[in-house]
Amino acid sequence: MILWVMAGLLFTPLAWAVLTLLTGFRHGRWISWLGIVLQALVSVGLWAFVTRDGGFYYPLGGWQSPLGIELRVDGLAVTFVLLTAVVAGACGWHASLYLDPEKSWHRYFWPLFWFLWAGLNVVWLGDDLFNLYVGLELISLSAVGLVALGGQAGALRAALRYLLAALLGSLFYLLGVALLYGQFGSLSLSGIAGLLESGDVESVPVVIMVLMLFGLAMKTALFPLHKWLPPAHGIAKSPVSALLSALVVKASFYIAARVWLETGHHMGGYALGQLLGALGGAAVIWGSWLAFRQEKLKQVVAYSSVAQIGYLFLLFPLTWNVSETISVQAQQGMTLQVISHALAKSAMFLAAGNLILSVGSNRVDALAGVSRFLPFSLFSFGLAGVSLMGLPPSGGFAAKWLLLQASLASGQWWWLAVLLFGGLLSAAYVFRVYRASFVEKTDVDEFYHPHRSLEVIPMILALLSLGLGLVAEPVLSVMAISFSEGGGL
Amino acid sequence: MTTGVLLPVLALMTSLLASVVIFALPERMHGVRVLINLGAAGLKLVLVGVMIWGIAQGREYEVAFEMLPGLRFVLRADALSMLFAGLSGVLWLLTTIYAVGYLEDSPNRSRFFGFFSLCVASTTGVALAGNLFTFFLFYEMLTLSTYPLVVHRGTEKALKAGRNYIIYTLTGGAVLLLAIAWLHGLVGDLPFQAGGHFADVEEALHGPLTIIFVLLIAGLGVKAALVPLHGWLPQAMVAPAPVSALLHAVAVVKAGAFGIVRVVFEVYGVSAAHALGLLSGLAVVAAFTIIYGSVRALYQVDLKKRLAFSTISQVSYIVLGLCLLGPVGVAGGLVHLVHQGIMKITLFFCAGNYAETLGIHRIDELDGAGRRMPATSVAFTLGAFGMIGAPPLAGFITKWKMGSGALTVGMDWVVVVLVVSSLLNAAYFLPVVHRLWFAEQRTPWPQERRWGRLETSAWLIWPPMVTTVFLVLAGLLAAMPFSPLNWAGLIVMREVAL
Repeated sequence: MILWVMAGLLFTPLAWAVLTLLTGFRHGRWISWLGIVLQALVSVGLWAFVTRDGGFYYPLGGWQSPLGIELRVDGLAVTFVLLTAVVAGACGWHASLYLDPEKSWHRYFWPLFWFLWAGLNVVWLGDDLFNLYVGLELISLSAVGLVALGGQAGALRAALRYLLAALLGSLFYLLGVALLYGQFGSLSLSGIAGLLESGDVESVPVVIMVLMLFGLAMKTALFPLHKWLPPAHGIAKSPVSALLSALVVKASFYIAARVWLETGHHMGGYALGQLLGALGGAAVIWGSWLAFRQEKLKQVVAYSSVAQIGYLFLLFPLTWNVSETISVQAQQGMTLQVISHALAKSAMFLAAGNLILSVGSNRVDALAGVSRFLPFSLFSFGLAGVSLMGLPPSGGFAAKWLLLQASLASGQWWWLAVLLFGGLLSAAYVFRVYRASFVEKTDVDEFYHPHRSLEVIPMILALLSLGLGLVAEPVLSVMAISFSEGGGL
Repeated sequence: MTTGVLLPVLALMTSLLASVVIFALPERMHGVRVLINLGAAGLKLVLVGVMIWGIAQGREYEVAFEMLPGLRFVLRADALSMLFAGLSGVLWLLTTIYAVGYLEDSPNRSRFFGFFSLCVASTTGVALAGNLFTFFLFYEMLTLSTYPLVVHRGTEKALKAGRNYIIYTLTGGAVLLLAIAWLHGLVGDLPFQAGGHFADVEEALHGPLTIIFVLLIAGLGVKAALVPLHGWLPQAMVAPAPVSALLHAVAVVKAGAFGIVRVVFEVYGVSAAHALGLLSGLAVVAAFTIIYGSVRALYQVDLKKRLAFSTISQVSYIVLGLCLLGPVGVAGGLVHLVHQGIMKITLFFCAGNYAETLGIHRIDELDGAGRRMPATSVAFTLGAFGMIGAPPLAGFITKWKMGSGALTVGMDWVVVVLVVSSLLNAAYFLPVVHRLWFAEQRTPWPQERRWGRLETSAWLIWPPMVTTVFLVLAGLLAAMPFSPLNWAGLIVMREVAL
């Protein structure tokens, strides 16, 4: 049973990528709908399995580590697999109606979409540092391709810039991994962590950690390495932007977080943690401010991603050399932030796409009067905004609350300013969009009405992110599931 | 599920579901929308009525679950929450009727009534919240749902007022969150409980608790419009009259005041707050706000602006009442939560009637309006007399109780504040009343509309009539069971633990 689930999870996206490569956009749409349903079922299946029986290591093809590839299937990983199924499924569904089938290059959307999904699943489940690298590259390359689908010269420029940043990031990461391999002779993250815990290894140069985290931070667009993100996410088609902001940047962050949590005690340091936190804090402030200053709607949302990613990096200072309770609180906060931001940001990008479709312009001030004609999409945008602002009962609030508690308990009160001030700044850019939509301009009464499902999808995602706070306790209890020794198979 | 769990949830859900349905309705389905609005408002009133009856009999209504590790979502109906929920239930029904008439034939009614219901749902949540965190949840929801109402007209002025409103309230919310999170980190989840939690607290916590108290009051004080955090309120007057009425009488300013009541009585406890020396500071701020608001009101020429500054002053009566340390004075402050609500909503309904029927916004345009609109003007006059504190109206009860309460605990200076404030109230309300009845009409009305025989639309005339009856009865029948004063006495007996 579990064999089929795992195979379905990793190989159907690849198979679907090949299948859709052979067909056009319209046929690819039908095939992909089927694939999305299949993936959703498999993801729910795995999630249910782990919730019931606990996590396990899964040796791919029966080969044990260090020879073969082992996958770690724990609560956190399956939560992210499920999250990917929800968000990618929604974005795929939206794209199937949103993208114009008449444009010949749109046929490449589906293969790229499926490669991306495959890469994401590899990253969530991977334990081997090189495997994670492969997954990451698969994600980056398909993401670059998806950005280029925008079609204009601007999109190609943004895609190229993205490609360079992604490759540079990979290079640094790979360098770190190579040094690590030289030191330990192993690429398994849990294996290395075990060696470090046993105390057999002498001190590891901090440069390894720095290299890896630098590369990953580049791919995650941590301030001040964020310059590539807004053009790429702003110019891509809305469902693509949604995928990129919601999931792609999280993949590299996820690896960074796993590396830090497993080996940070030995390979990191107080200064490194504080530095990453400070950069995250700067990202929150600077990204929000720039989001507030943008003229174009999607640029607002893209800069907001830069800001929201900043919160994630508070994980590093808040888990280094603190008590177990505080560390758990910070990890829970980080995970909830990943989930709620993924849901809220995809909702926001999809809703923004609808609004742009409706008013026929991508400028914020073109939204005047739209509150009367497209209240549904605007409402989705606003509900997603509630989560970004971190107001209750959203998942964003739950995350912020946990991070606040962790900061207070660990005595690192300076992060409070980031958390509280960041929320206010995000309110500033969300309300700026709202304000524009409330302006009464009676001379424009012509609005295009997008397809009804296009309006429903962002609403569902926004409601999920809003309701996440209310069910945070059960979600967190699933994430806390670790491996059961020898269980599962 | 028992009724004990079901009733608070249902009371919250009536307006929440009404809002969802209204958002989904197309703009043109006016009749259905009115029906849903009134139906939900009526249903909620019944539910709140049942709970009030039950609580008087000593029943308990509570529902709770864990949202985050150590953090619970609690809805609980106690005597204090019913004071607020009852007020909001009654006034929601009346304001909905009024708003239907007021917004007749104007655009965006679907949006308006949707957010209107959401706003009332938040108010109910604020009333029923059983701990600080749940309170905060609905407090912020209130901020978000009132913004679209404030900027409803979409004019430059409205948008500017809306921006200021949101900056003030969200900043206040952030300060409040900081305080709540800090408190939670120090002592864990604190349900609201009679007598508070800090009756005997160790010495080491005195410092942090004092700072947290200041932060809590600062966060709540923004909505309660304590000076100097009141700047948003006069500007928010650009909102349509029913919104101003609701904002001033029930929703926003009252949520702030109600939060302060909860913090002082049921988180800290009166005696603990007094022992920490926090109440005297709060009393001074409140007294200053009372005088300052009244003085500023004197200088306003716009009718709604004058009423706004009067609100700033009047809401602080509630806060001042908390600091009076004795059962009589505290009851006087609590009952003002209701009394100020019904008096102020009457005045705003009337101001809206003058604006909508005759196009009058400035006070000097009111000359002779009493003859043209007698019913509205009678309501306005009684509301104004109530505010001044003339017996036997509602406002007199408040001031009498607070004054005698202050004297029994030896806070004589409060009586001076009350007298000065009443004189100032008279100074800014009596000229208006004088213009209404005794001045001759000099110029034609700026923008007159006619509704046949009646002085204005029937939708607009009945709500202020009803609230006027309330404000007279609240004074005359103050000693009867289930009168606001009687209920405030019950709260003091059960929950304040003096």
